[in-house]
Amino acid sequence: MIHPIPAGTRDVLPDEMRELRAIDERLRSSFADAGYGEVWTPMVEYEDILNAADWASGSGGSGGVSPPAAFRMFDDQGKVLALRSDMTVPIARVVATRFAESERELRLCYSAHSYRTVGHRTGQQREFLQSGIELIGVPGPEGEAEVVALALSALANAGLARHRIGVGDGALYRRLLEALDVPEDSHRELLACLTRRDMVGLELRVDALGLARDARDLLVELPDLRGGPEVLERGDGPAGEALARLRELYAALEARGIADRVILDLGLVRDLGYYTGAVFELYDPAVGFTLGGGGRYDDLIGRFGGPRPACGIAFDVQRVHIAQTAEEKQR
Amino acid sequence: MSATGLTIAVPRGALMGGTLDLLDGLGVDTAEVRSNDRRLLFEDAGIVTMRPSDVPTYVEHGAADIGITGKDVLLEAPEREVYELLDLGYGRCEMVVARRSGDDAMGESLRRLGRVRIATKYTRIAAEHFARTGRQVELVAVKGSVELAPLTGMVDGIVDLTATGKTLAENGLEVVEEIVTCTARLIANPVAHKLKAAEIDAVVQALREATS
Repeated sequence: MIHPIPAGTRDVLPDEMRELRAIDERLRSSFADAGYGEVWTPMVEYEDILNAADWASGSGGSGGVSPPAAFRMFDDQGKVLALRSDMTVPIARVVATRFAESERELRLCYSAHSYRTVGHRTGQQREFLQSGIELIGVPGPEGEAEVVALALSALANAGLARHRIGVGDGALYRRLLEALDVPEDSHRELLACLTRRDMVGLELRVDALGLARDARDLLVELPDLRGGPEVLERGDGPAGEALARLRELYAALEARGIADRVILDLGLVRDLGYYTGAVFELYDPAVGFTLGGGGRYDDLIGRFGGPRPACGIAFDVQRVHIAQTAEEKQR
Repeated sequence: MSATGLTIAVPRGALMGGTLDLLDGLGVDTAEVRSNDRRLLFEDAGIVTMRPSDVPTYVEHGAADIGITGKDVLLEAPEREVYELLDLGYGRCEMVVARRSGDDAMGESLRRLGRVRIATKYTRIAAEHFARTGRQVELVAVKGSVELAPLTGMVDGIVDLTATGKTLAENGLEVVEEIVTCTARLIANPVAHKLKAAEIDAVVQALREATS
């Protein structure tokens, strides 16, 4: 007899659990050593709270929305509850409501399950364990550099040796479209191409706009620029402001001695709508998928109270585990 | 490792010849692949071969860094997280709606039964096409020779890929709507795209020049 469990969920048995727990502990001890305090929030929230991320970025987000809730239910009052789809939105609520009076910097971390809708295929989890950090009250490159540095050292502590981090700016392409006076009604479609990594579709649609040659080339070629600091020079132009921010961030990462782990990526867009500046993505050459990501979300906390600059990053613990075993095999 | 420094997923079937010709131009030694149609993995050349619909799967999982497959395959598997980097231009086919020549079963069905019955291997593309054109559709998924389905009266029409229209004509079918033109595409794994940027850009650059 088969007793199924919901698609995208899984049971974890002792051998795996021991290793998973060890990785999670190492990530958390890295966060704790760096002064990040752990928090818990309810697994279920009112749906309105989770949807706050949708209006945080207005129409500007690359995808424009927070991850859709995978599971919704009603409580006895008829209110709609949803399982959280990440920890960033609940923590933004916590910061705005529980730390409303505190103006000082806040360093929070978590290790908790979140729930997302996924396509119906194997390997993708609807329930997944995320471990991550949120740095509140430290604006600009200084805050971002701290988050990047901690992410890299936490992964090293968890047993990875070859991991890298992609660093881009979630608002860069949008700024470029504005600066080049691309008609607003085509922004969404172009950003959608970029988000789903359809560079052929992007080029087709840019060509159809009938822009001047150099504007057209910039729109097509800039998202392909990724690598060392040279990409900042090659991408320079109308998007100069966002590039200046990235240049500052790269300098801060150099100062911390971790620039060799960084891939500057002008085409990097995260599909969550609430990012306002720097965005991050974590890679390991031993596996073909990202290990996690994050970015700066300066407008999100303001949706629940006073505005505070913030940025953070999250790891998919199970994926870190897969990468760690894959690295081990290749050694 | 191969001449490109990358592992390349090569589709067997109609796209294979054109793909190997292109790879020759990149300095990849494809002689062994051409002379051996049973083996699947060619480590020296950095080539893995598979059916076209499996290419996005292998590339998404990072088993191959880049791959070549038809746009029809990509449209049918939009959830695959891969970069679509280049339209290579060859392997040109048309995704079409076809019916028995001169027989308006589709119109009749739509008018009197409120929906058309369509057989196809491409259920996603077909569903989207009929939704976009405002017609209710009942899709019948088949695996092999789709042309048979309307001849037996099982369906009113088909959605299928056609290069020359010959097979359709030989079975007494005619094209009534063209949905989308499909050509070979270069795709890349999202992590390889970042970690092997120089190698991938070199391939894109060379292929762009070779196909333009």
